[in-house]
Amino acid sequence: MKRWLAAAVLGLGLAGMAHAAIDTYQFRDEAERERYQQLTKELRCPKCQNQDIADSNAPIAADLRREIFRMLGENQSNQQIVDFMVDRYGDFVRYKPALSGRTWLLWFGPGLLLAGGFVVLALIVRRRRGPAGDDGTELSAAERERLAKLLNKEASHD
Amino acid sequence: MKRWIMVVPLAVFLLMAVFLYKGLFLKPDELPSAMIGKPFPAFALQTVQGDRSLTQADLLGRPSLVNVWGTWCPSCKVEHPYLNQLAGQGVVIHGVNYKDDSAAALKWLAEFHNPYQLNIADPQGTLGLDLGVYGAPETFLVDAKGIIRYKHVGVVDATVWREQLAPLYQGLVDEARP
Repeated sequence: MKRWLAAAVLGLGLAGMAHAAIDTYQFRDEAERERYQQLTKELRCPKCQNQDIADSNAPIAADLRREIFRMLGENQSNQQIVDFMVDRYGDFVRYKPALSGRTWLLWFGPGLLLAGGFVVLALIVRRRRGPAGDDGTELSAAERERLAKLLNKEASHD
Repeated sequence: MKRWIMVVPLAVFLLMAVFLYKGLFLKPDELPSAMIGKPFPAFALQTVQGDRSLTQADLLGRPSLVNVWGTWCPSCKVEHPYLNQLAGQGVVIHGVNYKDDSAAALKWLAEFHNPYQLNIADPQGTLGLDLGVYGAPETFLVDAKGIIRYKHVGVVDATVWREQLAPLYQGLVDEARP
């Protein structure tokens, strides 16, 4: 019983998350519909941050979707539409920020961190191995001679 | 041997502490406005009273605060008395009634006093969109030449006025004086 109740409560939580904004726009063709979906997924809602405008129910997101639909109807390019948004709301609205002096760390930071990780890994592996050939288990000629002597001594005692 | 390696955890801790400390004072919900330094967007809208139409040219001549508000916005009600007070001190404030019903706005202005010199009605939110408004109240500081110089998102109160807006506004007033 308790288990069923828990499942029901958790299910309710999921139902809330499955919500997305629904508009009814008539597109001229499939390509325009795809562009609309791509643009609304690439642009970030300025009010409810961390949601794209396709996903957000905020009034401002609805306004921006309407603007995008209008501009698609005017045959504007994706670049023009994104520029329109950036002019008003700043780089913040782009989930794919343009490559510039301020954003290069964002673009290349993960790659740099990965490269740094490989360098550290290589250093550790090299240190563990030590200089090639000498892993501490081989005996030098002098040590071998001493070992043989010790063994002989043992044998002669018997 | 290798004493320096013992310093690494401390260094990592200090680095994180610096970033986390800075994080305490970040306001991620306040976006830097893309409009600062740009001219006030062109518009042609009616007044809230509906008696004449206004354009961006009506804002020229002297520095002003342009306050974006709506009767549906609870924070706007919070800041309204302070705007009245500023208007009483002679600060030029214009209102953009954003995505609102003009009748409700007129009732509000009659009831709570009207601090605005110009009342721009923006029922469709077109001017708000061109201004990059994402939540009322927002207050723009516009200079005498119609260039947006600053934007404050959220309630304007005595602290915000004293610490952010007043020095800039005074600067613009001095700048506009020949």
